[in-house]
Amino acid sequence: MANDIPTKATLTPFDRPNSYVGRNLSRPGARRAVAGRGTYTDDVVLPRMLHGACVRSPYAHAKIVRIDTTAARKAPGVALVMTGAELAKRCTAPWMGTLKVFEGMKSAPQYPMAVDRACWQGEPVVFIAARTRAEAEDAAELVEVAWEELPVVAEKKTALDPKTPVLHASLGDNLAFRKLIDTGDVEAAFKAADHVIEETFEFGRHTAVSLEPRSMIADWNPANERLAVYISNQVPHMMQYLFSRTLGVPEHNVRVVSHDVGGSFGMKIHSYGDEVAACAASMMLGRPVKFIADRLESFLTDIHARENTVRAKIGFNKDGTITAFDIDDLSGIGAYSQYPRTSVFEANQILNITAGPYKHPNYRARATVVYMNKVPTSQYRAVGHPIGITVAEALVDRAAETLGMDPVEIRRRNVMEDNSYPRLTGSGIKVLDLSHQACLEKLVRLMDYDALRAEQALLRNKGIWRGIGIAAFIKGTAPGPQGLYGAGGAPIAAQDACTIKLEPSGNVICAVGVSEQGQGVDTVMQQIAATGLGVPFESVRVISGDTETTPYGGGTYASRATAIGGEATYQAARKLRAEILVIAGALLQSDPKVLDIRNGVVVDAANGTLRIPLSEIGRIGHFQLGELPNDVQPTLSVTHRYRLLDLPYIFTNGIHGAYVEVDVDTGFIRHLKHWVVEDCGRIINPQLADEQVRGGAVQGLGGALYEHCIYDENAQLQNGTLADYIIPMAVEMPDIVVDHVQTPTGQSELGAKGAGESGTGAAPGVIMGAVNDALRPFGARVTIQPMTPEVVLQALGKL
Amino acid sequence: MKAPKFSYVRAESVDHALALLDQHGDEARILAGGQSLMPTLNMRLSRPQLLIDINRLDALKGIALQGDRVRIGALARHVEVLNSPVVAKNLPLIAEAMPHVAHVAVRNRGTFGGSVALADPAAEMPACALALGATFVVQSSKGRREIAADSYFKGLYETARAVNEILVEALIPVEKPGTVSVFLELARRHGDFAMAGLACHARIDKGVIAEARLVYFASEVRPTLATRAIAAIKGKPWNDATRDAALAALADDLDPMTNLHGSAAMKLHLQRVLTRRAIDQAVARARAA
Repeated sequence: MANDIPTKATLTPFDRPNSYVGRNLSRPGARRAVAGRGTYTDDVVLPRMLHGACVRSPYAHAKIVRIDTTAARKAPGVALVMTGAELAKRCTAPWMGTLKVFEGMKSAPQYPMAVDRACWQGEPVVFIAARTRAEAEDAAELVEVAWEELPVVAEKKTALDPKTPVLHASLGDNLAFRKLIDTGDVEAAFKAADHVIEETFEFGRHTAVSLEPRSMIADWNPANERLAVYISNQVPHMMQYLFSRTLGVPEHNVRVVSHDVGGSFGMKIHSYGDEVAACAASMMLGRPVKFIADRLESFLTDIHARENTVRAKIGFNKDGTITAFDIDDLSGIGAYSQYPRTSVFEANQILNITAGPYKHPNYRARATVVYMNKVPTSQYRAVGHPIGITVAEALVDRAAETLGMDPVEIRRRNVMEDNSYPRLTGSGIKVLDLSHQACLEKLVRLMDYDALRAEQALLRNKGIWRGIGIAAFIKGTAPGPQGLYGAGGAPIAAQDACTIKLEPSGNVICAVGVSEQGQGVDTVMQQIAATGLGVPFESVRVISGDTETTPYGGGTYASRATAIGGEATYQAARKLRAEILVIAGALLQSDPKVLDIRNGVVVDAANGTLRIPLSEIGRIGHFQLGELPNDVQPTLSVTHRYRLLDLPYIFTNGIHGAYVEVDVDTGFIRHLKHWVVEDCGRIINPQLADEQVRGGAVQGLGGALYEHCIYDENAQLQNGTLADYIIPMAVEMPDIVVDHVQTPTGQSELGAKGAGESGTGAAPGVIMGAVNDALRPFGARVTIQPMTPEVVLQALGKL
Repeated sequence: MKAPKFSYVRAESVDHALALLDQHGDEARILAGGQSLMPTLNMRLSRPQLLIDINRLDALKGIALQGDRVRIGALARHVEVLNSPVVAKNLPLIAEAMPHVAHVAVRNRGTFGGSVALADPAAEMPACALALGATFVVQSSKGRREIAADSYFKGLYETARAVNEILVEALIPVEKPGTVSVFLELARRHGDFAMAGLACHARIDKGVIAEARLVYFASEVRPTLATRAIAAIKGKPWNDATRDAALAALADDLDPMTNLHGSAAMKLHLQRVLTRRAIDQAVARARAA
């Protein structure tokens, strides 16, 4: 069992009295945001700044016959009108969204703006810089593009049919990638199984909808040939590489700054052509150019995700033992694979994680990823997990139903045992330190499961149809060098780093490569640094989100900040602590081994007697070095880098529960209550971890219930506003009860695993399970997301 | 998402606004709460040359009981209607519908008159006004005229108000003792535009439906009085046979639009569900009264 309550035997350095690990400290950033003193990118105003707007393709697929920009160039306030062809000339080479770890993957070269052909509605075609955004939009209307419409690939299911047009002739067909995982002998297992059930699931394309849209200012200084980019982003160093490589500016002359970021969710880790265009415009004009995507542009051009169809089979025996899973995924991505992370991760993760909690020895999973004339899909919070988890948990529920077994009981019989690690999942992933059994039992207690079942039965007699869902999951977090980006050739750091410095005042500056998007990364790093060093929380200031002032890092994505960046920070703090103790030892003529730092003061480790405050170490270490012996040369600045050693990811686990009520006349679903028990290892700030889980769950529920990028047969987006693309709001969301099992990872001293996506992955699956549980008396079943009233009514045969 | 250029005039009086309307005709738009107009401008779906801001015209404000009618000035904000004791006492249907109108921020700016003038098919107030047999007063430089709600709503965003007229007020008969009303709508999220909705006003004597007005909205291009369904229930007790007849008749009364929110078939289904629920509730309310 995991160490829920530390006993004397399991006390760690993090249980020290002046440890900040495991404590709810409020985010200093929250106060700033609430006071209206945040600095979001649009708050930044530079002298002589211009504003950008784009002419975008109104068609999903069309040839650009010619572009007449004469009138636009003459429009009031216009400084620059740049076509895609003009931008392409300034680019070193087109992007190619492939990674060599994805064997056989194909994509077509892509320029930041369409050159002679647009391949999705919304693809940028012309960039305009003007005095105001309104003037830029006025000028955009004056650009005349002669289009010749081309046949559109709008449907993934027919994308590979011989009669479907091929999007990129050089690729030969519309296939981006195929993958097969085949372990054990699935066919034999199905033959031997007492039961085999097959079902097909549909997932609707949706997108991130960050409160702050993509926002940036490019500021080229022709005097020193340096490019500064202020951008709402998660990965400053990757963006530095991207702008440098695309526009041919040496990397050390590109500075990327991400101030406050108003949500990102994986959407802000990609290349976007309009952002490169703004940089090029600034370079051409020698003036700062701001580009803020408006909401319509966000819906049209932010990466989308999860347009999938999955056919899946489960084999199981009368006693509830699951023997095999077989899944076949069809992913419809966009017109290109998004550079540099690709658009095949979703499919790849579905194959990796589906049925990941279970012990079945036979697993076969296929993915077919196809191109279509739509905006590219790519990594969005919990990549692939919502799909894989929904599919597997729905089949496990079907198995339970077939056997008349309780959904909890069938999971109890099939999850991997907590004492059985390390072991491999059916997909061949090595997993360590998981706690499926502990999480399951904790969830059952937390939900008061038996009482809920009793209530459900009672209410059914009154014509009230409630359902209970259970969904277990594994989640890949904190990718390491064995993962896919760096190994696949992408310029994305798998390690992360912290530079920690003792200032003359005795205060501490902690610069980290991971970045903050409002979730509290900076606070968590501050807690870790203060703990590692032994100083008060308030004496540490964290700097992040600036390539000029932080050590090279991967930024924040894939639930990596605390697990990777946190360990780098902890070890950096420990190294600085050791150096401070050497200095203190020299000054105090003590053995550093008998000294400790507590609450910002060097003390005798044995009895806590105060010896010398860090302000004295800082003063002497910077200003009065003559007091030190010649062989002690303080650096008072330490950089530590950390990476996972032998794993592609730190896998985590957890389980969700949901209680819903379905109005079987209207098809409306009321989500009554949601529970999550998850294991993200050692928790640094429980409140922030809980809120990550809650926010993540809401985002997952959004995709399952409401969110859908609806395209017509010409691949035209039908709902590009927040009135038509609906997202979950507080009123519709239930209370989300969060609890944890803490099994620290053995991969780091800190023991933290990722938490940011544990709410998202299983939320769609658990609510679909709950809805189907409610519909069971009617023999109805929903297998389509989002589960709109129409989907539910169709399942009930009422339409 | 920035509006194209337009001119703006803040009207000093109703006559001033009307003179501007005469001068600019269809090139001008009246700016009241702006909750529909401003997004339309910002998305460049509409490009009027002139906005005539009527927000400071006191003559168009206020909510008051006038004899057996409630006058709601065109500029009354949704929030004022929501909080009005006059409305709560005399127009329970509108009081019941009001919390469904959008969200707090929209209700603080949006106006009753704007909702009626725009005639969005999913708007609640047009349906309620029609159910209660309201009269709309419009004014041009030539004078005022009254238009019965029954002949006001013509089609999708189409009303009997002429280009040179301003909607100045609605006169809504108070709900008489012995009558009941029920408002129901189905929206994906609270405050969203509804997929289906029903405003019902009826007199039910000892379980028999003596009179009823059933107005359906959201599914139709305009708020629609369901004359056949009404005929099917009028003078009848509310039982299975009456219900089945009413629900069958609805197919002829309604012509639901298929759109992003659902198919025509689903909307007809939902309107039938609402019909059953609304009349069940009306009967229960009549019994309780």
